[in-house]
Order: sequence, then C-alpha cells, then structure tokens
Amino acid sequence: MATAEKQREKQAEQPFDVMAYLRRDLFPHFLCPGCGHGIALRALIWAVHELGIDKDRLAIVSGIGCSGRLGAYIDANTFHTTHGRPLAFAAGLKLARPDLVVIVITGDGDCLAIGGNHLIHACRRNLDITCMMLNNEVYGMTGGQVSPTTSEHRYTTTTPLGNTEATFDSCRLAEAAGAGFVGREVTLQTPTLKNLLKEAISHEGFSFVEVISDCTEIYGRKNDLGNSPEMILNQKSQMRPESYGGVIVDRPFRPNALPTGVLARNDRPEYGATYRRALAAAKKGR
Amino acid sequence: MAKTAARNPPSEVQNLQGNHACALAAVAAGCRFYAGYPITPSSEIAERMSLELPKVDGVFIQMEDEIASMGAVLGASLGGVKAMTATSGPGFSLKQENLGYGVMAEIPCVVVDVMRGGPSTGMPTRPSQGDVMQARWGTHGDHELIVLAPASVAEVYEQTVRAFNLAERLRTPVIVLIDEVIGHLVETVAIPDPSELDIWHRKWAEGKREAYLPYAAGEDRVPAMARPGDGFRAHTTGLTHGENGFPTQEPEAVERAILRLLEKFERHREVIESTEELETGDTEVLVVAYGISARAARRAVREARAQGIKAGLFRPITMWPFPEAALARAAERAERILVPEMNAGQIVLEVERIVGRARVRGINRIDGEAVTPADILARIAEEA
Repeated sequence: MATAEKQREKQAEQPFDVMAYLRRDLFPHFLCPGCGHGIALRALIWAVHELGIDKDRLAIVSGIGCSGRLGAYIDANTFHTTHGRPLAFAAGLKLARPDLVVIVITGDGDCLAIGGNHLIHACRRNLDITCMMLNNEVYGMTGGQVSPTTSEHRYTTTTPLGNTEATFDSCRLAEAAGAGFVGREVTLQTPTLKNLLKEAISHEGFSFVEVISDCTEIYGRKNDLGNSPEMILNQKSQMRPESYGGVIVDRPFRPNALPTGVLARNDRPEYGATYRRALAAAKKGR
Repeated sequence: MAKTAARNPPSEVQNLQGNHACALAAVAAGCRFYAGYPITPSSEIAERMSLELPKVDGVFIQMEDEIASMGAVLGASLGGVKAMTATSGPGFSLKQENLGYGVMAEIPCVVVDVMRGGPSTGMPTRPSQGDVMQARWGTHGDHELIVLAPASVAEVYEQTVRAFNLAERLRTPVIVLIDEVIGHLVETVAIPDPSELDIWHRKWAEGKREAYLPYAAGEDRVPAMARPGDGFRAHTTGLTHGENGFPTQEPEAVERAILRLLEKFERHREVIESTEELETGDTEVLVVAYGISARAARRAVREARAQGIKAGLFRPITMWPFPEAALARAAERAERILVPEMNAGQIVLEVERIVGRARVRGINRIDGEAVTPADILARIAEEA
C-alpha cells in the first residue's frame, strides 16, 4: 500500500498533461465546435490526475448520447453501455470490484429521463460511485429533441411551439434521494469544476455532479443563444454561486438562478462497505 | 459439465425445489454475483441466492428494476465475476436490450427465465412455454445465443452448471428456460460434490498491452477478455466494433465482426448441443418435446410402445441453437411428428423447417395447464 501511496503522490506532483490520459489515436474527436463537453472531460481528467488515480484502476462507465461517447477518449477501463443504464452497470462493477475507482459519465436525457429510476436508487443506495452528469438541455446526438432539463419556452426539434414542460432540478432530486455528495458547476469555471470533481471522487459514497454544458451547434443555434463563448459566459449569469469556500459573490442574480458549488453532503455509510461488514458479521455467527 | 450421479456417488441427496436447485447449482458453478428483481414464479431463486452468496463472500443485490438487474449482472461480469439474474416473461422482456449488449460486447452471464403464462401479465402462477421464441429472438439484430431447457429438478441443477460453463467458454449470455412447474416442483436431487464438477473459466487477456486486441480471436472465435486492473485498459461498447474494441462502420470490418459473433456458436456446436432420445431407432410417430412437456411425452411414448405403436421421443435440452442435425437423424423414418407445447405453437415451426417430408402437428395447451401424457397418447394413437 505504501508504494501505491507513493505512486499516487508522484503522479499528482507531475505537471498536468491532459494528453497523457487520452487515447490520442481516436482523434479527431467527434464533438461539435464549441461544445462544452470537452471542457468537462478535461476537468474530470485533471481531477483524476491531481488525485493520483492509477489509470489501470480507473473505470469509466457511460451511457448513450454525446456524453456517453466521452469515455472512449480516456485511456482507462472504459465501458460504453446502454441508454440510461450506466449507473446500473456501474453498481454491478463496483460491488464486484470495490478496488476500482468507478466514474459514470452521463447526460441529462440519459440520466434524468430514461435512466431516472437508476439515478434515484443510486443516490439512495450510496455506493462509492461518482456520477458526472453533463447538462446541455437537449438530446444532441439524436438531432436536438427536448430533454427533462430544456428551459421553458425553448425551441427544440420536438417543441416547435417552445417547451411547455417544467424542468428537473437534478441536484435537488439527488439530494432528496440521499446522495452522499451533490454539486453543480458551469464549464466556464474549469478549475473550480475540477476541484468539485476532486471532492466528489474523494467522497466515500455516491457523488452526483451536474455540469452545465452547452450545445452550440444544435440547441444554441435553434434558440439564438449566440456563439459558444457567449453561451458559456451566459451560463454564469444564470447561476448563483452557493459555496465557493463560503464566499457568496455579491451580484444580482435571476430570481430562479440555479445554485452552484457543493450543494449537499452527508456521511451516510457507503453501501459496499456496509454490505461487506454484514457479510463478515454473519460469518462470525452474528 | 456436471457428471452424472450414476458414475459419481453424490455427496448429498436433497429434496429440492427447482428454483432452489438452480440457485445451488449457480453457486457451485462459481457464481459470485446475483442481481435481481422480484417476479413470480422465479423469486425463490433470488431468495435462495441471497442466502447462499454471503456464505461464499459473494454479492447479492436486489436492484430497482429488471433492466437494472441485467445491467448490474453485466457490470459485475465485466469486472471478472461470474454473475446471474433470474426473471419471468415480463421481466425477461425488459432485460432484452441489455441482453443484446451482453451478446454484442461478449459478456459471460446466465439469465434464468422461469416461464409463466402470457402475453403481458398473463398468469403469473400458471405454467407456459411461451418464451421459447422470446429467448431466441427477444433482443434485436442478428445474433446467436444459447438457451437450455431442463426437464427435471436434477436437470435444472445440471443445466445451470452447464449454462455457466458455456457462458464462460463462449463469452456469451446463456439463458436457462425453466417451466413454472419445474421451478416449483420438489424432487429428490443428488447434489454432486463440488470436486466432481468440471468448471470452466473464461480466457483472460495475457501478455503485453500493445499486442492485445480485445476482439481479435483465433480458430475458436472467442476473444480473450481484459480484466480491469490487469493493465489492458480496454474499451467495451455495444456499438459495432472492430478488433480493437472501438466503433467502426467500415463495411468489411462490420461484416467480419458480426460473422465472427455468429461463427463462434457454429464452432462450438459439439459442446453446446445436448439432446435426449427415447426409442428413436424405428420410430413411425416421433414426439418432439422439451421441458415438462417432454416428461409427459416420455410416459406417453412408453405407453404407446406397450400398445405396439412405434413411437419415439426427441428432446432438445439445448433449445438454441436448435439441434438440427440430431433431429433430422431421429426423424429420418418418422411419418408423423407430434410437437406438444404449452403455447400456441412455437418450436413446431422449427421442427417443420428441419424434418422435410414428415407430417408435423402440434399438441398445444394454452389454458394454463401442463400437457398431460393422456393428451399426447391420444394423439399418438390417432396418428399411428
């Protein structure tokens, strides 16, 4: 263990080179110009680097959609599973292999619509899995249909009259369902996002991080939201920093602005450890 | 394979329910992960697994739904642990997408379907053999998989062990189709001593990472699997992938990948196939039956023989891939073929396709009752 610890420290001390963690032979990547997902991917890899996580012990489990394709670019054990189900696959993997660091990459459609049931139960179960949900408010891969997080009145290919449905606040959902750690960040604040992801991965239990990303090509264009830098800058005005080290920024926010930062944390026991303790106790004869 | 009790004295004789036999066999075969969701008439498998797995440091988890159970089983197996789930018709339908992922990504696992009356919610506590085609074609796309149909509690044990072995050898999901009647039937079973069981394991990737291609395979068409943590850092996807494991749409690579997936089963036909034949040498009226219907057929054939009718029984134990050549041989002299099933006629279509000139007729019960020996005997007498 001591050597593993040293190895970890040594890795974390190296200057961060994102390329060292990518499968460069897959480049050019498939993301559209201006897409925020790449920034989130970089933040995640940066967090992995600073935590000194061994690539051989890292398991990335993803679902279907633009978010689901990100995993393949990471030089780790990567599993691109079925639509909405990465949390279910990850539960089996983590229970079978507690030695792996299991990170799920998912999107708003994958995680909150088709996979919503798995999300709430993953939060309740509290297995040591980190779930990074990229929220771009749209089904990008399939051409721009409405998602559970599409803002009101926004146009998508299936809401020609503007979106008439209410949206999910995924972080409040995760918190209410009992997730051990809940946070939200925008891609603009990349180092802050990296730090949030570091905390999430380090947390022993289920961690849920919503990353506000942007879909410039499809969603932005359809709704006249400007170019990518404009969209990314706009994210900030729609957010309300809640807990950047306790400092609340003094500036006016929209009344319904979503909070960012660490939003919830609890010390409920991690499920895998609880299960293994119960096994050991039963073996001793209760 | 489970060696027969006749050759190897059993270490233990138990009165067992079919579903419990399935659970005990799974653990004996090395299953250390079970994920499931309650559904009649399969729930006793989950209950027994929740009792047995802790004894061997295994993991039992009741997931939030049928889909999640299948996902968790695949996740556990990707982690290197033998894994199983059990369900019934409606739940089996829900598992089909992830089952296809298991076929495509070549993930060993065992799925038990204790069949009940359908369609839809149907009759949860009544027997049916309505899932024979769902087991074969429930998931989408061109694919092969293995389906085993035991006909007794002892055979549930034997075939469940075999299901794990085949799943490991071929890197594929294997389905065990159990009739509700057998799942809930209590019979005396000679449980073989673990040392008497021949247990197979999947081929693990070895050697240098640079030389490893996750989906390259040799003559047996089965690629070696990378265990997370062993340094291979492989990619797994349900997208059509090349030998390197990454998605491809290059026509030649796609065709090669799908062909290999199909050939894998052809190359292992000898170990996959299993059948039972009774009085098939001079048969004029051949009964083709599986599961509990085959037990009724066995008695009907014996009684017909006692009446001087040249009747015989062909029983596929491996339902899919269907034992074509063996049936064709057994049916060579038969003029009449009867196919009793607890459905409106599923495997009868396969029999018709294979036997050629003989007249094939179904004996179908869709009333929630098992086919009886009398049902079959009466039809044999009519045909003779």
